[in-house]
Amino acid sequence: MSIGQDIRLGADIGGTFTDIALDVRGTLYSTKVLTNYTAPEQAILDGIEIVTQDAGVDASQIDMIIHGTTLATNALIERRGARTALITTEGFRDVIEMRTENRFEQYDLNLKLPTPLIPREDRFTVKGRISAQGEELLALDEETLEIIARNIKAEGFGAVAVGFIHSYMNDAHEKRAREILQRHLDLPISISAEVSPQMREFERFNTVCANAYVRPQMASYLSRLEVRLKEMGAGCPVFMIHSGGGLVSLETAAEFPVRLVESGPAGGAIFAADIARRFDLDRVVSYDMGGTTAKVCLIEDFKPQTARTFEVARTYRFCKGSGMPISIPVIEMIEIGAGGGSIAWVDAMNRIQVGPESASSEPGPACYGRGGERPTITDADLLLGKLDPDNFAGGKIRLSKEASARAISLDVGEKLDLQPQAAAFGICDVVDENMANAARVHAVENGKNISENTMIAFGGAAPLHAARLCEKLNIDRCLIPRGAGVGSAIGFLRAPFGYEAVASQIMGLKGFDTAALNTLLEELKATAESFVREGAQGEIQREITAFMRYAGQGWEIPVALPDRDFIAADEALIEQAFKERYAKFFGRAVEGPAIEFVTFSVKAHDMRAETEGHPLTEEGQVIEASATRQVFDPALGGEQSTGIVLRDTLSAGDRVIGPAVIVERETSTVVTSPFDAVVQSDGTLLLMRKGV
Amino acid sequence: MNQIDEIRMQVMWNRLISVVEEQAMTLLRTAFSTSVREAGDLSAGVYNARGEMLAQAVTGTPGHVNTMAEAVMHFIAEIPREEMYPGDTYVTNDPWKGTGHLHDITMVSPSFKGDELIGFFACTAHVVDVGGRGFGADGKSVYEEGIQIPIMKFAERGEVNQDLLKILRLNVREPNQVIGDFYSLAACNDVGHNRLIAMLDEVGLDNLESLGEFILSRTHAAIMERIADLPKGAWSNDMLTDGYDQAIKLAAEVSIGNDNVNVDFSGTAAMSPWGINVPMIYTKAYACYALKCVVAPDIPNNAASLAVFKVSSPTNILNAERPAPVSVRHVLGHMVPDLVLGALAKAMPGQVLAEGAAALWNVHISARPVEGQEGRQAEVLMFNSGGMGARPQLDGLSSTAFPSGVHTMPIEATEHTGPIVIWRKELRPDSGGAGKFRGGLGQVIEIAPAEGHEFNFSAMFDRVTSAPRGRDGGEPGAPGSVALDDGTQLRPKGWQHVPAGRRLVLKLPGGGGFGQPAERLQEAIAADRAQGYVTGGDV
Repeated sequence: MSIGQDIRLGADIGGTFTDIALDVRGTLYSTKVLTNYTAPEQAILDGIEIVTQDAGVDASQIDMIIHGTTLATNALIERRGARTALITTEGFRDVIEMRTENRFEQYDLNLKLPTPLIPREDRFTVKGRISAQGEELLALDEETLEIIARNIKAEGFGAVAVGFIHSYMNDAHEKRAREILQRHLDLPISISAEVSPQMREFERFNTVCANAYVRPQMASYLSRLEVRLKEMGAGCPVFMIHSGGGLVSLETAAEFPVRLVESGPAGGAIFAADIARRFDLDRVVSYDMGGTTAKVCLIEDFKPQTARTFEVARTYRFCKGSGMPISIPVIEMIEIGAGGGSIAWVDAMNRIQVGPESASSEPGPACYGRGGERPTITDADLLLGKLDPDNFAGGKIRLSKEASARAISLDVGEKLDLQPQAAAFGICDVVDENMANAARVHAVENGKNISENTMIAFGGAAPLHAARLCEKLNIDRCLIPRGAGVGSAIGFLRAPFGYEAVASQIMGLKGFDTAALNTLLEELKATAESFVREGAQGEIQREITAFMRYAGQGWEIPVALPDRDFIAADEALIEQAFKERYAKFFGRAVEGPAIEFVTFSVKAHDMRAETEGHPLTEEGQVIEASATRQVFDPALGGEQSTGIVLRDTLSAGDRVIGPAVIVERETSTVVTSPFDAVVQSDGTLLLMRKGV
Repeated sequence: MNQIDEIRMQVMWNRLISVVEEQAMTLLRTAFSTSVREAGDLSAGVYNARGEMLAQAVTGTPGHVNTMAEAVMHFIAEIPREEMYPGDTYVTNDPWKGTGHLHDITMVSPSFKGDELIGFFACTAHVVDVGGRGFGADGKSVYEEGIQIPIMKFAERGEVNQDLLKILRLNVREPNQVIGDFYSLAACNDVGHNRLIAMLDEVGLDNLESLGEFILSRTHAAIMERIADLPKGAWSNDMLTDGYDQAIKLAAEVSIGNDNVNVDFSGTAAMSPWGINVPMIYTKAYACYALKCVVAPDIPNNAASLAVFKVSSPTNILNAERPAPVSVRHVLGHMVPDLVLGALAKAMPGQVLAEGAAALWNVHISARPVEGQEGRQAEVLMFNSGGMGARPQLDGLSSTAFPSGVHTMPIEATEHTGPIVIWRKELRPDSGGAGKFRGGLGQVIEIAPAEGHEFNFSAMFDRVTSAPRGRDGGEPGAPGSVALDDGTQLRPKGWQHVPAGRRLVLKLPGGGGFGQPAERLQEAIAADRAQGYVTGGDV
């Protein structure tokens, strides 16, 4: 069954809210419920109750439930996992503690490094060694393993992780160790060659530790959820969204819960990718800004950019290197500490700085009047006229402009001798510039030019800042979809059954071993497809990618390979493909150095019903605003009398001339003076640069 | 300045920093050199037309960052303005005008907007080889250490100097990688230039003058406030280091005046006949870094913030003169912060961390098959760090690079680069100096040639004969040791041999402690025991 013919429910457990989206044969119902930390499944059940009533259907009629959650991420951030034992190669007890031997901030002599997930006393070593080529250098010491197993049993551990050197080349020792441990222990055992078969011991060991650490908790949550859903009559299959943006079964999720990390944001990227497909936009940058952070993702040919490793739980001002690396296929996003609640301050050079400290929902921005005294981005937005104080969150909260002005003056304005409004502009423009810079650098890292993209903005705060961001990034078009507040949950409904299997295998391209490559790819294909088959019966699509580099380099670039067996004569073809990709990334290919493979990936997913593509409507009938208010326009550098339009009163083909503010229940879209807004057939707003 | 202009200037400052980040990112992604790609051993920055540094990428290590700040002035002095054209790129590896040894290539590109020279971009990276004896301390003069490239044009109006490439190709061991890195460096400056022009066009500026003035005057005001808060006077310190074959004394006097801080290195030992000498530009880089960490960690590095830190010295091992050998200048260079901080600790008691391992324990391995056997030949470079000194309120960081800003490499990646097996790389218990706050632990590394192979390695280690000292009653960290697994002691400097079947065992120094050991909290003592950081039987 494809979208539009059945009833699907998406549930996204976030930090503050649990979002529920119900698609009843093409009609969408959604709600937000406060997340319940002690019984996370309760919020889902409450939400289902609400949306099924709204839609007039019964829980038993739901055909499929798709679920994503930050629970695994939170368990890692808050260190609320099981007491876990790590068993590792003798001589390498401290890999997860020694990290990269680097200080991620050069000048702070009081720097604290994140403590390892598993303390030293719980890390056990055993003799046995595999070489870089995958040969056994030293046999596994099984007697010691028996002793370790007995110790683990005696000490009341909740989970076990096994990580041996070079196990991505040869997993025999890890598998044998699991066999021996299983004889003594009734505990979940995770091995690194299965969780993350990629080279680089710190990342791989940390990933298997993280998996083991959250496994008991996630397994128990998932089985509780399944039972409670059945009790309420929802006996349909439940699937989990994973960090790579595909779906996996509950059983797989319970075994590899680390793959659920960042699944919520992944849903947001799929949501944007679906809109990209709907409007046939091949180059898109998604921009999701909420209460504490902003996330940016590049989407090419309707596919969100993916990576093979990322960092969670950053401890130091979102600084790269201050978190823990997780090596699994993931939708790649850059995240910066800039959301509506981010706090503004002034540094030693009298420069305005924003975030990453956040006022979060309690006490919240100063304008909420709940005890927050420090100025936030929301306060600055309010003072610039971008928000209506009487109509925020559907009128649920009355905002105080006076409180915002007071906080901004005290912490920023007076220090810089700026009027409150100029200071508010400063706060907004600094944060917009920071987001623009992050997006620009991210695009460069991926060999792309950001200004050639269309932006898709969602999340509570994004529509307030999107137009200004486009001004800074030289982007001409930006879409603000409907339902942007529960974007991730809607995205879940659009997710394919998909899985990416990855393995490292370093080998030179010149005279490469075709048989070895074909065997490896066959294994990866089988692995990926077996996961997809847990939920999909139809045709499966595959994408084969090699991550390659010049020998001597440390950064690999993805090169798409044809989906077939390789013969020796393919060398020239692969070399050509690599050089073209390289030139696209870095300007020109290099002549001379040898080329090598490092990692291979097979992505498999079921065929989704194609969303019908229709072109953007760029022309429209100009409509007059019903009211005006003074709003600060950055390009014009001052307040302008600005039209206020209610989004609900707009219909397809309407054109709103900027500057204007288009208001809806959850947020407002600010159309700055260089832009107009044109309403699309599905209610999406298109912000278009004038004269393009 | 009107209120909106003030904000626009602030925003453009942020944007300029983003421009140099893009520049650095390009270098990081394309470099062939292990130390650049894996260890982040690079720097990138933008300068005004007078050669004053306005911003630099946060990626990078102090030895590059602060030397490059000065290097651009040498280029301007050498290449007349009328011979600078759009599309030019200049290059040098002159240790006295660049970053202290021949392995570092510095490239500077003028940035033109129309006909106007508006500024420069510069970048530096360590390349895999420069010919000569290779990376090591055994050279008797700079002539033995590799090819010297005086300040010259790498490209004129976009045309690459092919004569230079031909000479280079014949003089280095890995020509493809080295020349690849030359192109990477030039390309990263191009990226910076293109982004800068796009930014200026967007904001409607003709040049960098007004923005540069804004950045430098703001920074100047902030750093002057910090200097004003410091105690005034002069304080001195000295320390012993291993040297090549005999101990070497380093001495410094830090004088804090009303508008600057000067470090004088009189009393430091004379130049060495071995390649451990340090050109002043590199000594200064690390002296500035140490001062800035304590005085102004949050103030950005640019011409205005660096201008208040001055150095002076007669000719000696920290102010070596041409043609002294300088290949391994980083070992003593990395000692300079501990030397300077020791003097500063007397001026600011209770606020400065204890001594640590300081110098990186870099190992350059040259592996080959045993005679008569099949196998691989390869050069392998590893970066490893000992323990950092304890801080006034915190234990020292274990096996963490300080003052260098580099990373280590995964051993799984290192083993792919050559026929070696790393059997151990883990923390070294009992190596942190005792104190109210414990010094960071060093580490133990065991490296063997793969079966049928043997290797030579270049030792570039220190703190083997003189341990890192504690502060305010803290005890010293454990000194380092270099040996074979059969107990044979090896030297901390110079090329040495590891035969087939043996292991090289490196024990890296731990950091010194801070404060009296008797004042250490019971919980901290218990935790050290439980984790095995401390195992001794004395309690």
